[in-house]
Amino acid sequence: MNWLGKLNLSAIPLDQPIIMGATAFMVLFVVFILGWITLKGYWAYLWNEWLTSIDHKRIGVMYVVLALLMLLRGSTDAIMMRAQQALAAGAAQGYLPPEHFDQVFSAHGTIMIFFMAMPFIIGVMNFVVPLQLGVRDMAFPTLNSVALWLTASGILLTNISLAVGEFAHTGWVAYPPLSELQFSPGVGVDYYLWALQISGIGTLMTGINFVTTILKMRAPGMGYMRMPVFCWTALASNLLIVAAFPILTATFAMLLLDRYLGFHFFSVDGGGNPMMYVNLFWSWGHPEVYILVLPAFGIFSEVVSTFSGKPLFGYRSMVAATMAICVLSFVVWLHHFFTMGASANVNGFFGVMTMIIAVPTGVKIFNWLFTMYGGRVRFTVPILWSIGFIVTFVIGGMTGVLLAVPPADFQLHNSLFLVAHFHNVIIGGVVFGLMAGYNYWFPKVFGFRLDEGWGRASFWCWFIGFYLAFIPLYVLGLMGMTRRMQHYDNVAWQPWLWVAAAGAAVILAGIICQIVQLIVSIRERERLRDTTGDPWNGRTLEWSTSSPPPAWNFAVLPHVTARDAFWDTKQHARGKPQPTQKREYRSIEMPNKSPTGFINAFFAVVIGFSMIWHIWWMAGLGVLGALVTVLAFAFRSTEEIEIPAEQLAEFDRTHPVEIAV
Amino acid sequence: MKRQMKRITDRAALTIVLIGVTALCGCTEGVLDPKGPIAAAERQILFNSLGIMLAIVIPTILATIGVAVWFRASNKRARYRPDFDYSGRLELLVWAIPAMTVLLVGGVAWIGAHELDPRKPIVSTEKPLNVEVVSLDWKWLFIYPDQGIATVNQLTIPVGTPVNFELTSTGVMNSFFIPQLGSQIYTMAGMVTRVHLQADQPGIYRGLSSQYSGSGFADMRFSVNVVSADNFALWANAARSNGPVLDAPTYAELVKPSSAVAPIIYRAVAPDLFNNIVNCVMQPLVPSQFTCPASQKAEL
Repeated sequence: MNWLGKLNLSAIPLDQPIIMGATAFMVLFVVFILGWITLKGYWAYLWNEWLTSIDHKRIGVMYVVLALLMLLRGSTDAIMMRAQQALAAGAAQGYLPPEHFDQVFSAHGTIMIFFMAMPFIIGVMNFVVPLQLGVRDMAFPTLNSVALWLTASGILLTNISLAVGEFAHTGWVAYPPLSELQFSPGVGVDYYLWALQISGIGTLMTGINFVTTILKMRAPGMGYMRMPVFCWTALASNLLIVAAFPILTATFAMLLLDRYLGFHFFSVDGGGNPMMYVNLFWSWGHPEVYILVLPAFGIFSEVVSTFSGKPLFGYRSMVAATMAICVLSFVVWLHHFFTMGASANVNGFFGVMTMIIAVPTGVKIFNWLFTMYGGRVRFTVPILWSIGFIVTFVIGGMTGVLLAVPPADFQLHNSLFLVAHFHNVIIGGVVFGLMAGYNYWFPKVFGFRLDEGWGRASFWCWFIGFYLAFIPLYVLGLMGMTRRMQHYDNVAWQPWLWVAAAGAAVILAGIICQIVQLIVSIRERERLRDTTGDPWNGRTLEWSTSSPPPAWNFAVLPHVTARDAFWDTKQHARGKPQPTQKREYRSIEMPNKSPTGFINAFFAVVIGFSMIWHIWWMAGLGVLGALVTVLAFAFRSTEEIEIPAEQLAEFDRTHPVEIAV
Repeated sequence: MKRQMKRITDRAALTIVLIGVTALCGCTEGVLDPKGPIAAAERQILFNSLGIMLAIVIPTILATIGVAVWFRASNKRARYRPDFDYSGRLELLVWAIPAMTVLLVGGVAWIGAHELDPRKPIVSTEKPLNVEVVSLDWKWLFIYPDQGIATVNQLTIPVGTPVNFELTSTGVMNSFFIPQLGSQIYTMAGMVTRVHLQADQPGIYRGLSSQYSGSGFADMRFSVNVVSADNFALWANAARSNGPVLDAPTYAELVKPSSAVAPIIYRAVAPDLFNNIVNCVMQPLVPSQFTCPASQKAEL
């Protein structure tokens, strides 16, 4: 018996200079970071204040850090693909062989959706939602930490696949029969499946946590119709997570059974049906799109309203539209495969349902327009992203409706037109929204604003780069070029791919501007310091506490009497003497930090890695370790720490920002 | 007057976009350069839907930029209305505009889905040609059951004649796609899909797989030779007169994964090969191993 399962030294692709170069870079980067932490003696601080923290704000920041790192990894994949396709025309084969190119586009999709967009959105929600609701933490703080670290486990496994073994060759959707053992005998698909199973469980936990928090834990007086729109979109998004992620987990579980135990759920023989996978995958996959984009819509609502100095136009319409999208997103999945040969009635039905989603989305666009109408629009970086979003997103929405017309899709399905469409809505919608949110809430998170100049530079690079990179793909799709081609014989396509590659480089310049923006802002943080807690003249409760907020968020829970609670308070407080020292402080209890999440994630990685390589005894140890960790948490003796009233009063004296709410 | 101006600008913009798009791609063999009735109808639907939507999308983009710029904080002439957050009429309008648009495009989609259903035969006075298509790793096999011949990576069809395609796969899913002739359709192991296409002009067109299917995917393309009916008959006769026979051993060899395969013409095909492929799902990596009932196995 082999104690290391399928694992041996040949799993490391030493003969592949590109992969080994990337691996060396990654290892050096990690060694550098670890060395820096050791040199500075930050380990205790890191462990006590971050890795074991169950503070929703810290967890939110860690999610976003993960997402930004994965943005770099995913963008590198994107640049590699664009370079390959710019070169490999006619007889040329480019610099990536098919086996490598196939992994690159599979990894790009998987990483960007699961490990960039998802953690980024969840991170922003983590930071913002409890503050907007006027509460002190999430409903299940430790579960929150467990969810974060399970996501990190999935990310780690995916990145290990670069150095040890391979990643999936199947595209990010991993359709069987291609992803079955018969056609993909390597460990690539196993890496994909285990990484996504582990992080998917984390995401489901997050969903449950947010739904509970939003439904049960709002500040006194905050009825549903007084909730900030971002919280509404977060609620819709997390309801979708709770409903959709179990589908994905079950589908992957069936594929795992096929691959590990010879089942026949999706195989071509033995009574299996691969098309079931395609249906199930998109039953999760389409709601996933809205899981990502609804919170982004929420961010735009907050940003447009704040920087127009006006309440959101048509609040009730916005809420209705959000919930309509939430429900409708479950009845459109078939538009991902009109070309499977379903009957005209089926195709027609799903085409029309897909278009109906465009109605509430269109309503949102018009409501943002009317929010700006009659306002005083301050052209800050977040509002630039928002206007850039509206312009870009309506184009992406239009091409989406085009693809929802079945006969049009018969010609454009799987073409670069489709690739251009979903990048148009995911970059133009989700990424632009995240960038707006990043610039908007950064001062709240760290107590200083981000540099405006570099922020603008970054926006313009992204905006122009996006059009340069993706308009050519629309054209190429109409010229009949399909996606995922390692090389092609039609040289007429090549000039367009050169332009697209140039566009990708401009987007990369945008990313570099963002890194520079962060460094410049940290160096000049005194100039950019936010001492008021309310740098943008905000409207919602997160701006009523100091920047950064104390661990307990609010010394005294706010009493909400209107929508846009903080704006309302500021209007009433205007011209009156501020009743600063009259507050009655009571000591509060906050949940204690816990290493459960981090330790549990360690065992999750052990389980995942050993299952991928068939090291059964190690998988058993991993399960045992995870079980013991959870049991140890269940039998903990101290659950909460008390923060005395004097400490709360002292903090408020030194941070005199709150208008008594 | 203003509305009229706007309508004119909208129309102008629409025309410019359409001309631009056509000019960019029309000459380069894409879906905007149709050579058959299905592709032509699909392009028409594409343009109709695009036109309907541009009529609302372009004004929306312009209005967004216009409103944002006019109501910029530094513009003292813009009236600040900090409490303007609801208007019943505007609400009605913001729901009505997208709803009306979707009503129109939804109609196009519903009718189009039925008119251009890939399974719907093309009405014609010509007798249709039957072609059975099999996607293998990574090449295309075309069987002409009525002519008793078969080809690999090369499809020859007569002009002006409807072609009834029946499609399946030996393993991995692919999508059969000739951009200039119209609809694509998946090929799936153990299942048969159908698509009906027709070419109206002789020529050589590109065909390819549009569903990623593994490492040889990029070379999974074929040429479509559209010839006159007479030339098609000549070609079929010539094909029958020489070349290899596609029998069980040859097929077992063909089904092994290979890519960038040069076109092959078989003068004869084992009877009922297509149905056997559909019914006997086989292990492409182990070509001798069939998992089908013994009777069918014997036939092949």
